[in-house]
Amino acid sequence: MTMEKSDQPRPPQFQRFTRLERTLHALMIVSFIALAVTGMTLKFSYTSWAAFISRRLGGFESAGFIHRAAASLMFGVFVAHLVDLNRKRREQYSGSWARLLLGHDTMLFNRRDLRELVASLKWFVGVGPRPRYGRWTYWEKFDYFAVFWGIFVIGATGLMLWFPELFTRVLPGWLINVASIIHSDEALLATGFIFTVHFFNTHLRPEKFPMDIVVFTGRMPVAEFKRDKPAEYEQLVAEGRLDDHMVEAYQPVVIRTIRAFAWTALGIGSFMVLWIVYAMVFAYR
Amino acid sequence: MSRGMLAFVVVGLGLAAVGSAQENADCLACHGEKDFTTERNGRTVSLYVSEKSFGASVHAELACVSCHADLEGKELPHEAPLQKVDCGTCHETEKAQHAASLHGRALKRGDPLAPTCSSCHGMHDILPVKDPASPVSPLKVPFTCGRCHQEGSAVMRRRTIHQDHILENYSESIHGEGLLRKGLIVAPNCASCHTAHNILPHTDPASSIARANIAKTCTKCHAEIEMVHRKVIRGELWEKEAHVLPACVDCHQPHKIRKVFYTQGMADADCLTCHQEKTLKARDGRPMFVDAAELQGSRHAKIACSQCHSGVNVSKTRPCETITQKVDCGACHTEIAQQYAESQHGKLLARQDPNAPSCKECHGGHGILGRLQSSSPTFAMNIPQLCARCHREGQKAAVRYSGPEHGIIEAYTESIHGKGLLKSGLTVTATCTNCHTAHHELPRTDPASSVNRANVPATCGQCHHGIQEEFEKSIHHTLVGHTDKELPVCNDCHTAHTIRRTDAEGFKLDIMQKCGRCHGAIAKTYFDTYHGKVSQLGYTKTAKCYDCHGAHDILKVTDPRSHLSRQNVVQTCQKCHPGATRRFAGYLTHATHHDPEKYPWLFWTFWGMTGLLVGTFVVGGAHTLLWLPRAMQMRRELREAEAAEERREAADGSEPGEPEKGEASGPKPAEG
Repeated sequence: MTMEKSDQPRPPQFQRFTRLERTLHALMIVSFIALAVTGMTLKFSYTSWAAFISRRLGGFESAGFIHRAAASLMFGVFVAHLVDLNRKRREQYSGSWARLLLGHDTMLFNRRDLRELVASLKWFVGVGPRPRYGRWTYWEKFDYFAVFWGIFVIGATGLMLWFPELFTRVLPGWLINVASIIHSDEALLATGFIFTVHFFNTHLRPEKFPMDIVVFTGRMPVAEFKRDKPAEYEQLVAEGRLDDHMVEAYQPVVIRTIRAFAWTALGIGSFMVLWIVYAMVFAYR
Repeated sequence: MSRGMLAFVVVGLGLAAVGSAQENADCLACHGEKDFTTERNGRTVSLYVSEKSFGASVHAELACVSCHADLEGKELPHEAPLQKVDCGTCHETEKAQHAASLHGRALKRGDPLAPTCSSCHGMHDILPVKDPASPVSPLKVPFTCGRCHQEGSAVMRRRTIHQDHILENYSESIHGEGLLRKGLIVAPNCASCHTAHNILPHTDPASSIARANIAKTCTKCHAEIEMVHRKVIRGELWEKEAHVLPACVDCHQPHKIRKVFYTQGMADADCLTCHQEKTLKARDGRPMFVDAAELQGSRHAKIACSQCHSGVNVSKTRPCETITQKVDCGACHTEIAQQYAESQHGKLLARQDPNAPSCKECHGGHGILGRLQSSSPTFAMNIPQLCARCHREGQKAAVRYSGPEHGIIEAYTESIHGKGLLKSGLTVTATCTNCHTAHHELPRTDPASSVNRANVPATCGQCHHGIQEEFEKSIHHTLVGHTDKELPVCNDCHTAHTIRRTDAEGFKLDIMQKCGRCHGAIAKTYFDTYHGKVSQLGYTKTAKCYDCHGAHDILKVTDPRSHLSRQNVVQTCQKCHPGATRRFAGYLTHATHHDPEKYPWLFWTFWGMTGLLVGTFVVGGAHTLLWLPRAMQMRRELREAEAAEERREAADGSEPGEPEKGEASGPKPAEG
């Protein structure tokens, strides 16, 4: 928020995400929105909005192509992430999966998350201080695994719908119907969750409003870092490793570009929430 | 011997009773026996005389010897052979005529084929002419004459007769039709023209059919025929100067009367003497002008005025004075008039409704043209505009109509039929009259109407016969589908006046709504599947009702001939999904997740997913909402800290311009 002051020397910032992680998240946004928009045209085909968007996209066949291309992209993102995890394991955790998965910065839920969840709820209702969150909060971990789950469930059923002739060589035909229900409802869940809960938790939540661009820039002011993740900050300071993570802030033009992209994604997401509410509440049949 | 004795006794008794002549009973004593025969020229000849038929004959009152005169006063049994009976004893005139006639002269020449009195009249059983059983009664004459004068007879083969197929031609002529088909016994038979006994060749000046006498012969019946033949004759000229004038048979061939060599309408000139006057008006002001040129170019060019204006009669003032009735087209167009009378138009006219169209309304008057002439109002391409005169929205027929069809003419014009007819000029394309009929149109609620539900398939089938045949075997046809519900007919899917190309997108998308009108629940479930959703988006490439179920040949899926029967379903899927297998065909194309009985898997999957969705949102949403007040508080504190920081910086004087900005922008969101 203070980044626009171009005439000032920019103070170094804390690096939270690597270049690859940022790229993958950006690609994830693109593919997710593409999948959601094209998929929803079918799910809510009874609304005039759906027909309008389908036409804009060049018809159901072209929308279908976009959907499948975006799905492939998302698979690619997923695979790239797994490869990156593997690299991380080798480079940072001396080749041990156990250390990666059970270590301090793990993405897996652990006892500490449970404690933080309880402490958070207490804080929410005013009977305790704000928990001193570490590198990954429990809601961030939830979002992370929601994607895993989503890619597995939506991806698997999506493949069945993509290649029904192949799958029905083995599976009964009615499983395709089951697959469509799962695919469609899980997608609705994912879309709805990302565009409301995730948007709020990371962007729209008042202290971050209107958005937190750390996932795009990969870096954040130290003060903000200190406030958001005090446990991690303190540990880094204690270990004297904070300076290892300090990088130069981006040029304002980069920030502006990133914001434009983020605004677009946020806008589309919000629009889709409205569309879903309209379709499910007012136009449902 | 015994017979001689008996005869003697009978004669004796007879003499005692009457006096001189032999009694008929005496003759019949022998001739009444059926096996009474004699040998003549080596042949056995019956001498039997039926007492019964003689008793019924015209000569019943006469004695045998009155005709067999050479037996007068002879002893019985008598010598044989007897002389030929001379009918002329009583029938002198006839005898003389016959003797002079062709027949008599041939007889005199000894021609064995020449007819005698008995050839036509018979012998002992001669019946009166009025008796229908008589061979010379009017109805029998053609056949009696025809015995010799028909193709293949000895007379026709061996003698020179200048006419051929006499009996056939006669029977087809108006005279023959009147006599033989309609049983009108005053209709002329052979003898009416040729006479009965005075038959002479037409070359004989005395013949009834000689050129000079024909007019006289014909006018025996056609008494005032001169009145309508004024172009040919003037008054009595026909009889006086028969040699210079055409005789009746020059135009009306003998025996083929009605297959004429003449043009009709000869008296029209008389009518036109007045009616060619452009300013001629009736007493009530109606124009009475008749455009002769228009009439000449019309379908009725060869029809005389008086054939339509049939009230014309001989009158001392004007022939048309006697016309009281409007022209009745039904006089010639009987069947059509009958149809028209049954039609809605006809019924309205019968009720004297001012809006009712009469024949003239559509066909025109004197300038009437055939429906194949392109300038005719009844020419196929002109019919929509013709009907539109009354049936266009706002016109007199349209305003009385309360049914569901509106903008009929405009809709038709844009329909496949209308485009075919009016844009492509394809005159065989269905126009109004093809479906509604030309003269028998009735409201669709009338069971006799061509557009009544029950008759629609047959009406459309006039052109689309192949489809009709297919449809009649389908579950939608009343012959196959047994249900209390109304089964669809052509127009339920194709509409009546807005019929579109079935390969056009609009029709393809619309058909699902059409099917859904009856198959509501199942159509709804279709829209729950990929096929239906894509269709709903407005694309036609995915399967629609008819792609799987068939269109006109639709059958129950349980029918082995159905496209969706076990035998056929895989093949049906393969139309679009070439790799489809039996398992693939197990895809539920009408799946719904609302039916736990029928589709438990879908039902529970759906509710499982919905539960997951709701659960996730409830937890996520609750977490977020609980968080919100703290987040707001954090924001406020953050803004205050930022403001404090900036104030301190401003106090330090390092950046004079900044604090204002910070102060200005800082509190805003906090307030919000």
